[in-house]
Amino acid sequence: MSAISKSFINDEKREKISRIMNTDTVAGYIFALPFILGFLGFMLIPMFMSLYYSFTNLTLGRIGYEWIGFANYERMWNDPRFWNSLGVTFRFVFLSVPVRMVFGLLIAYVLTRKFRGVHGYRATYYLPTLIGGSIAVALVWGQMFQRGGVIYNIIEMFGFEGIHWFGSPTLAMIPLIFMNVWQFGAAMIIFAAGIKDIPETYIEAAAIDGANKLQIFFKIILPCLTPIILYNLVMQTIAAFMTFTQAFIITGGGPAEGTNFIALYIYNHAFTWRNMGYASAMSWILLLIVAVVTGVILKTSRRWTFYVNE
Amino acid sequence: MSKFRSPVGSKPHTAALYHVLVFTFGFFMVFPVLWMISGSLKTNVEIVSGALTLIPRYWMWENFANGWRGFAGITFTTFFQNSLIISVLSTIGITLSSSLVAYSFARMRYRGRKLLFTIMLSTMMIPGQVVMIPQFLIFHNLGLVNTFVPLILPAFFGGAFFIFLMMQFMVSIPKELDEAAICDGCNKYTVFFRIIFPLLKPALITTAIIHFYWAWDNFMGPLIYLNSPRLFTVSLALRMFADTASITDYGAMFAMSTLSLLPVFIMFLFFNKHLVEGINTSGIKG
Repeated sequence: MSAISKSFINDEKREKISRIMNTDTVAGYIFALPFILGFLGFMLIPMFMSLYYSFTNLTLGRIGYEWIGFANYERMWNDPRFWNSLGVTFRFVFLSVPVRMVFGLLIAYVLTRKFRGVHGYRATYYLPTLIGGSIAVALVWGQMFQRGGVIYNIIEMFGFEGIHWFGSPTLAMIPLIFMNVWQFGAAMIIFAAGIKDIPETYIEAAAIDGANKLQIFFKIILPCLTPIILYNLVMQTIAAFMTFTQAFIITGGGPAEGTNFIALYIYNHAFTWRNMGYASAMSWILLLIVAVVTGVILKTSRRWTFYVNE
Repeated sequence: MSKFRSPVGSKPHTAALYHVLVFTFGFFMVFPVLWMISGSLKTNVEIVSGALTLIPRYWMWENFANGWRGFAGITFTTFFQNSLIISVLSTIGITLSSSLVAYSFARMRYRGRKLLFTIMLSTMMIPGQVVMIPQFLIFHNLGLVNTFVPLILPAFFGGAFFIFLMMQFMVSIPKELDEAAICDGCNKYTVFFRIIFPLLKPALITTAIIHFYWAWDNFMGPLIYLNSPRLFTVSLALRMFADTASITDYGAMFAMSTLSLLPVFIMFLFFNKHLVEGINTSGIKG
């Protein structure tokens, strides 16, 4: 008798549990669990850890560390190499991102016309973006811009004096900018999709009213694309601030620190010189800078973005 | 059809000019790639001289054999194996975990969902450098540096881009399917595994391709976490190879560079459509 009632209670309990398990809240949190755990373990906790370490003299391979207050931040303020790397990074971002976006937009526009073989061309133009982040391409790029390399020879072919790119701190940045601009493919594809989404009627109406192609591009297509431009601008700017591999492989930050991007400088402090505390402080400043730049872009965007639905 | 979209028809020379321009520019775009491939068959002298020709003077097939030998007695067989292990496992991880999270965000209504979703979107904008150092220290303290774990494990906790991509896709799966399945005795969990997951296939493929390619190309992760040459991935090996052998053997370096891109080229040929689709839905930077 008692055994039966026990199992009856168990059944009821089990049903209750399964009902609770099946609510949106419980199921929702269970399915979201990987993200919640990953966010805590690989993002939030590490971020607070690095904030804490930025106030210590933590050194990799040395046991123990002390709280040193704002000493790392003071050191940064007085570190000419840090200021140089910031300047170099800003120059790179401001030169490469706009050019890359203009290329992406123009090529996307050219390739939305209904020509035969447009898909093949689009794939060709996307190829550099696909492989551009690889070490293989970085190695080849470095070789191409070497003194006496392919680019050197092309310039000489046109009768000019070959340029020794990696011999000067100012010029060394240019091959890296070229490499970044060369990878306009992702922006191109997003822009192409955006152009296709513009209602045909807008363009037809403008054409009937006597607008020429240039007017249509600047008065119809460009305004309709502003939300996509904003999205591309934000993502590409953040990515450009993080540029590491190209400089690490091609120039090693040189010559005379002309391409010592902030990401490279942080990497060297953290892993080459093992100054984890100082590197943490710098990475927080980098985060703040990226946040401010993104914030400025988003804030001003209200004045220049246009949403069709509004 | 508006005038603007097809300005060809009437004037054949405009079309020809268009093709010439687009083709020429495209050729310059892929020239570095072609130059690399041809370089893998050239002699060192020819590469260093910066010759523009794409056809090698002497066909140096031995570049591949020389390069494959690798360095420190470890061949590229090992490096390719390592890259493959890391890329495949992390791709499986990110595909499964992202689909779970996407299901939660797209199909459940609960308190905190909006907050979680906002957090997820904002993680896309947090520079990796900020978390790189403490993440390294965590793995360092766990004794997991110089293993594949730090390069694979984080993938099992979902990726914001891919979650977003799959959510976009799930919106197109009619909710009536879920409801019908629930009437037939399914619960929220079996609905996912029997209905949503199988229907999600295109998005899963897109995710797998893009992530595989990222993992294959990843350089900073292996650079930080792997110390012994036996564990090196292809990209790390290439860099070391170039460091130790740069003055002597460019041909071999180009040969290995070309081979390292082979998986990416193959994916590009077969899954081009999926890639483009993925970039469009989520705006993933290639």
